[in-house]
Amino acid sequence: MRPVSYSRVSDVATAIATVAADPTSAYLAGGTTKIDMLRIYAEPSQRLVDINSLPIDHIEVQPDGAVRIGGLARMNDVALAPVVVDRFPVLSEALLLGASAQLRNMASMGGNMMQRVRCSYFRDAEARCNKREPGTGCGAIGGVNRGHAVLGTSPHCIATHPSDAAVALVALDAMIHVQNAAGHHAIAADDFFLLPGDTPEREHPLNHGDLITAIEVPPLAAARNSLYLKVRDRESYEFALASAACALTVEDGTVAEVRLALGGVATKPWRARAAEHLLRGAPATRETFARAAAAELAGAVPQPMNAFKVELAQRTIIRALETLTARGAVS
Amino acid sequence: MTAAIGRPLDRVDGRAKVTGAGRYSAEIALPGLAHAVLVTSRVPSGRVELIDTYDAERAEGVLAVLHHLNLPKGGSVPPLLPSLFGGPASGQTFFPMQDEVIHYAGQHLAMVVAETLDQAEHAARLVRVTCRETASVTTVEQGRDRAYEAEKIFAGFIPGRVARGDVAAALDRAQVTVENTYHCAANHHNPIECSATTAVWEGDRLTLYDATQGPNATLHTVAELLNVMPSHIRVVTDHVGGSFGCKAMIWDHPALAALAARAVHRPVRLALSREQMFSSVGHREEQEQHLTLGADRDGRLTAIRHHKLSPTSHFDDWAEPSLGVASQMYACPNYEGVYRLIKANTMTPTFTRCPGEASGMFVMETAMDELAAKLDLDPLELRLRNYAENEPMSGHPWSSKGLRDCYRRGAELARWSERDPRPGVTRDGNWLLGWGMASSGYPVTPPGNPQRARARIFADGSAVVQSSFSDIGTGSATAMTQVAADGLGVPLERMRVQYGDSDLPNTAAAVGSAGAGMVSAAVHIAATALRDQLIAQAVADEHSPLHGADPAQVVVSDGRMALRDRPDTGETYAELLQRAMMADAEALGTWIPPGLDTPYGTMTFGAQFAQVAVDPELGLCRVRQLIGVFDPGRVLNRKTAHSQLMGGMLWGMSHALLEGTIMGPDGRWANASLGEYLVPVNADAPDVVIETIETVDTVVNPLGVKGVGEVGMVGTAAAIANAIWHATGRRHHRLPITVEDLL
Repeated sequence: MRPVSYSRVSDVATAIATVAADPTSAYLAGGTTKIDMLRIYAEPSQRLVDINSLPIDHIEVQPDGAVRIGGLARMNDVALAPVVVDRFPVLSEALLLGASAQLRNMASMGGNMMQRVRCSYFRDAEARCNKREPGTGCGAIGGVNRGHAVLGTSPHCIATHPSDAAVALVALDAMIHVQNAAGHHAIAADDFFLLPGDTPEREHPLNHGDLITAIEVPPLAAARNSLYLKVRDRESYEFALASAACALTVEDGTVAEVRLALGGVATKPWRARAAEHLLRGAPATRETFARAAAAELAGAVPQPMNAFKVELAQRTIIRALETLTARGAVS
Repeated sequence: MTAAIGRPLDRVDGRAKVTGAGRYSAEIALPGLAHAVLVTSRVPSGRVELIDTYDAERAEGVLAVLHHLNLPKGGSVPPLLPSLFGGPASGQTFFPMQDEVIHYAGQHLAMVVAETLDQAEHAARLVRVTCRETASVTTVEQGRDRAYEAEKIFAGFIPGRVARGDVAAALDRAQVTVENTYHCAANHHNPIECSATTAVWEGDRLTLYDATQGPNATLHTVAELLNVMPSHIRVVTDHVGGSFGCKAMIWDHPALAALAARAVHRPVRLALSREQMFSSVGHREEQEQHLTLGADRDGRLTAIRHHKLSPTSHFDDWAEPSLGVASQMYACPNYEGVYRLIKANTMTPTFTRCPGEASGMFVMETAMDELAAKLDLDPLELRLRNYAENEPMSGHPWSSKGLRDCYRRGAELARWSERDPRPGVTRDGNWLLGWGMASSGYPVTPPGNPQRARARIFADGSAVVQSSFSDIGTGSATAMTQVAADGLGVPLERMRVQYGDSDLPNTAAAVGSAGAGMVSAAVHIAATALRDQLIAQAVADEHSPLHGADPAQVVVSDGRMALRDRPDTGETYAELLQRAMMADAEALGTWIPPGLDTPYGTMTFGAQFAQVAVDPELGLCRVRQLIGVFDPGRVLNRKTAHSQLMGGMLWGMSHALLEGTIMGPDGRWANASLGEYLVPVNADAPDVVIETIETVDTVVNPLGVKGVGEVGMVGTAAAIANAIWHATGRRHHRLPITVEDLL
């Protein structure tokens, strides 16, 4: 393991001041990614600042019906919170289908937003990787890339964003609350994840020392009829080959409201805006769903080993929409 | 006699394992212990031009950096012999760090020894190796044009070509044929415990704490590699956290640990990382098989042509014997089996649970299913029409065969006759449902050397039986306690079995599903020899109530000898020993196994049935039920046997749907981690139903144990693939069958 130093802080201001003061320092929350990265030498030696005792782990309902999730709330606690299960089943399901029970008990929501990609070239400290070492090239292009992205890729990086929860949050228009020495601001979830473009090393619009203090999910009536559909090789502890976070309201056979985001196929949690645009106001039929899914994947850039994802993603979208249509009709 | 044998006794080592009190080979705490970490090659072929150890040697805590320029040379590499033979059992005939040539990615190039594991790992990252890479071949596809027919495979024990009758003529005349090419991905073992050795020198005496299937295999192999007298080596294996074949042969790390310990004059622990497990202890090779079946209209097989093509290392001709059981399962007059190999930049492949049986029977049993469909015959009926009454290759009778009962009972449990046999018509919402079946079989192979155990009883009537075998997680220590207690005639709680130590009486490695049969033979013989010795002493002792009795009329139970027809007449072992002022008594048991030329076919048979649900739109396959019925001879412990069979069946499922090591274009395994090499999780596990058919086998060993270690995995993948065909109407000839194949 990389040599590290370690300290613990108990209030937000000290945490931010400590990390901001030292460019080699980093926050340590659940540690389920961070420690791995240090063990496999995919991140440099760091001064770890343990923030687990900061009082930012609550799950609160706001007066307007929004749910505010502390940055240190654990994945399992959020997934099982009655308000999340009841009002945002898509988020609960996405969390419960992620990682394993043990990891979900440790991993924080803020850490989930910051988790690193699973690309084996990124995680192999000696392989070429533009994200880990800008300018060295991309080992995955022309390499083993079955799990890699088909949407949002660039010639410099095709790593798939690994989070399930973030896919649900992007669909729900969540806001990521960030604090630093200068104060506090909020970033829309969709903007919080950057496309790799020419700078795959830059994954978030954050500065060193910025701390995720909360994630706010605004009220959304349609979210009561929502789901997270995850297609993967095995039933637990496995990343998505394709997934869909979807909320749907159908009125008189017509799509009144829809939210759709994709996981497992894109370099960031992928809000399917093209599909949503085609769906809104259109008849809630398989034909519409297929057309919307095809439109969303029209720009896909497949690799030799992951071409099936283009088709799989469309079928996942269709299945999610059909399932919610049938459920909505019953309730 | 069978008071304890067969009972579902809890594991004798269970408590130590679940409480963490049991020590595995990488957990042995010793004063002054140092840690070794390996540096491996990133390229699959080439030469080391420079090893720059400057920074590593100066890193905190580093004691030594060893590589081909400074590693002391030892003895010679012993030949590749299966550890079932009881002698040296090198996993490959190549020992690293002897010169600058790189034969495969992951090859061990250097070893850093430091005070702590973290320091050694860090310093290993600081060793800079400059290589000149040369062209490499690492896959079947890359090496197809340079394939050659092997003279012999499997360490020289199996000919590269076997033929009976006239296959070409029979195929010409066949009324129906099925011909396909099949592909199976490479597999790795992935036991939960990575291989590890802790080495301690005391003068010229060496103790190795090694995670191994055979303490004696480690002893003999290291003795040759280091040119140390075997009498001066002791190998201790208290607990092993699974193996599945990767600890069946002896690789370079035990000898390297000993060399490191000698270099730094301290005990050294060398534990492989999970990633290193993918290129240090062998693998099941990637393979292509081509199978042609010929049959008449009634479904009777007339010809089997079965060819295999696979990569091996540059130094050894190894292929797992995929043609073996597949050639023995059905009566067929004309047969041709050929192994073709490709010299590739990989290490020598090795035994991986069901080495050959799993892949070969996937091919044979999916082809049989296809043949049944072509003939419009029930797949089970087709198997019965080709039932092999004798071993087909030799014509010898079987030592025992309960396969008909396995088929019948399996079909009953699966409600086989109630399914709609038409493919692609049974639905459950988005899921298409299918049922499939396959035959199963695993050979019973005797060890190559005598197996020994020692039984010792104390004056209070408690007893210990000692034998060197290691319990690799199968429950053998528990089963042997039962065998020992029954053999001597004492209650289980007065019997202890001591094992996992090469200083104890010799056994071969627990491999090839042979461990239970061969060790139980030695333990049984030792325990009954001691029993007979004590009975003889009693009948000769004029103070004994048994004085003058016919020893054959004396029976023992609960530690008491008594006349068979007058149970009131007798005395306990303790009374006998105490009266004679003997602190203990002991006897050695030796079992001479039958030779390989014994005129019987020997096999554990089984029948496997699977029910699957396939969502063809999303490419998902969920196994809903697995049913296995087997004829393993005598079952020593119903619980551990059941667990063994279940583990095998679940691995068979995993072989069908999940497991595959992918060779990257850079010649390295691309998914060398448990995150990316998929094994099933609990949520993948279906309902598993297991039954055994009682068969009496008087040929294989004294207790008639045929073995349960691997047979559970044979045929599972085919049963699942056949069920997928029944669900969807599509055949699959590649393993694993994944989402993109099912879309």
